Amino acid sequence: MATLKTLAYLILYPGLLFIFFYSTFAEWYDRKLYARLQNRMGPTHTGRAGVLQPIADFIKLMSKEDIVPERADRGMFRALPAFGLAIVSAGMLLLPVWNYSLSNPSATSFSGDIVVLLYILSLPTFIFFLAGWSSTNLFSTVGATRVLTMLFGYEVPLFLTVLTPAVLANSWRLAEIAAFYRHHPWLALLNIPAFLIALICVQAKLERTPFDIPHAETEIVGGTFTEYSGKKLALFRLMMDVELVVAAGLLATVFLGGFPGGLLPGLINFIIKTLLVIFLLCLLRATTSRIRVDQVISLSWRYLAPLAVIQLLVIILIKGLIS
Amino acid sequence: MSFQIPIGPQHPALKEPVGVRVTVDGEIIREADLRLGYNHRGVEKLAEQKTWTQNIYLMERICGICSHSHATCYVQGVEKLMEIEPPKRGLYIRILVSELERVHSHLLWLGVAGHEAGFDSFFMYVWRDREIVMDILETISGNRVHYAINAIGGVRRDLDELQIKHILDSLEVLRQRSAYYEKLGTTEPSFVARLAGVGYLSREDAIELCAVGPTLRASGVPMDVRKDDPYAVYDEVPFEVCTADSCDVLGRTVVRIKELLQSYNIIEFLLKNLPAGPISVRAPRRAKPNEVVSRYEAPRGENIHYIKSNGSDKPERLKVRAPTLANYAATIKMLKNGFIADVPLIFAAIDPCICCAERSVAIVDARTAQERIVTMSSLRELSLKTAKHQARKREAEWPL
Repeated sequence: MATLKTLAYLILYPGLLFIFFYSTFAEWYDRKLYARLQNRMGPTHTGRAGVLQPIADFIKLMSKEDIVPERADRGMFRALPAFGLAIVSAGMLLLPVWNYSLSNPSATSFSGDIVVLLYILSLPTFIFFLAGWSSTNLFSTVGATRVLTMLFGYEVPLFLTVLTPAVLANSWRLAEIAAFYRHHPWLALLNIPAFLIALICVQAKLERTPFDIPHAETEIVGGTFTEYSGKKLALFRLMMDVELVVAAGLLATVFLGGFPGGLLPGLINFIIKTLLVIFLLCLLRATTSRIRVDQVISLSWRYLAPLAVIQLLVIILIKGLIS
Repeated sequence: MSFQIPIGPQHPALKEPVGVRVTVDGEIIREADLRLGYNHRGVEKLAEQKTWTQNIYLMERICGICSHSHATCYVQGVEKLMEIEPPKRGLYIRILVSELERVHSHLLWLGVAGHEAGFDSFFMYVWRDREIVMDILETISGNRVHYAINAIGGVRRDLDELQIKHILDSLEVLRQRSAYYEKLGTTEPSFVARLAGVGYLSREDAIELCAVGPTLRASGVPMDVRKDDPYAVYDEVPFEVCTADSCDVLGRTVVRIKELLQSYNIIEFLLKNLPAGPISVRAPRRAKPNEVVSRYEAPRGENIHYIKSNGSDKPERLKVRAPTLANYAATIKMLKNGFIADVPLIFAAIDPCICCAERSVAIVDARTAQERIVTMSSLRELSLKTAKHQARKREAEWPL
């Protein structure tokens, strides 16, 4: 029975099948919302209200010609998309959606899994950097350096703000943090500034406007993905969708009280809460313009990081007062 | 480590082929170089083979955005050559269309600026509202792009009361929306952060490098052909020359938005004071031998046509100096010491119309990358020399 449950966990929910369909759905939701905010229609034709459009795009890209540049590092160039997708999908398994018990830590829910998840979310950035670098295209190289430059900006505030609720909940385990805030909902309100900072940092991590600097099409064409085509590009795009879902899931777990209620209510909780986070991310995307890479650094070190530190100090003080 | 990045001739930031080669040091541009000639069409040569009236058709097709500007500039010059005076009503309608064209061109530019800065929502909103002015132009002329309203000696279509009412109604919507865009474009923090201080061009440099249009006015020089050398009926129309002192891309945006609001006032004035009478006079077929320089304030800046006649029904020489050409020198100045991220913004800020400005082709040796200037006769000799060794190709060879 336990083996069956684990298999279902890996393959069905929240494993590969669910990841594929839900992340494409999240992309559709994001695209449609973005389009409606801009007074456009967005996808309409494939499926009801265009809901199958991301899957159609994926299949189309899979069937396209796949070119590897002559001067590129062939092995790395080929392996990176698959690696990236595998890494972010593994991150999905760490989200406490189902198949965990609060009293017994397991392989997918253990003390310190919040750090592992943050680590797993850092890896795609390096995948993008290596992808750009190994393409040896000028635009890719510039994009790759931009990826790394941005990383130094947003990573510290992101870690600080995501760990703030963990400090208050006195646990390094995602399931326990979520459970803590379900029991003390008013304490979750204290984390609202951290939530907002984390939203901005996640936006930067996902490289969406105003932080779509590494693949700013009007400046450096496709940026890191300039040389990618066909299957590899399809995998990269799917990877970015999955990353969106995982990052939204992390924020929902840490700040919005997780996904309680076992299989079905937990699924509904998961969908509602991640869509809420994606909605906020989409709002940010639609109302801003792309900033420069040096502005990202100054924004995060001048405002985001100090604010995150202040928030952490405030939380530590409050924790001292409570106990 | 410095390396060269080729922006263009094919690049998502460019709507037309032009080469901008930037030598960068990390993210900072040290050297910039423009490569022209990818879009040369030989319009000037073609114009020498067409009659005066046929050339209106050709001049309109120099550019898709400022089609009316080139046609009007040409027609004004030819009217001076032929010594005819178009009637007042005709001039009013001609100027009305040119102001509407300015509105549509500036709205288009605003959208493009939003897109180049990665602010796609702004782009979508502005272009949605640009449709209103396109519809107005369609009601007046029947066309959205090449209005074909000009004729030598006046205009081709009259306005009726219903059309005037429609234009005035639509104008109100445009006014409100433009006020909103003024607020958005000058206060949205991330957008302003991208535009302010980018592409600095000092007042002295702007004058020295002969910049024209909004690029010049954004450097604080109130120069506008409509005011300095009023053509048609601009001496009767009240309006202000809009300038900005910030000398950067933000200033160019502000100038264009202010000009939009001025254009709405001009359009309203023209429609409310439209004189009665005929819209055109009959033009002769030939012009006496003479030469003329016609100036016109296009949305992008001063447009100059030099026309020479020799007594026949065709021009002997027609030289077009499009505003984009005048702004190229200033662009190079603006690009230096900027960021790569700002190249599309700075380049777009002059509102480049590449094909307007293409007047030559550079011959570059593919192996040595050396440029040569080749005359027509030596080009012909070269082609004969190369062709001599090749067997003449027959259209079809009989197999037996």
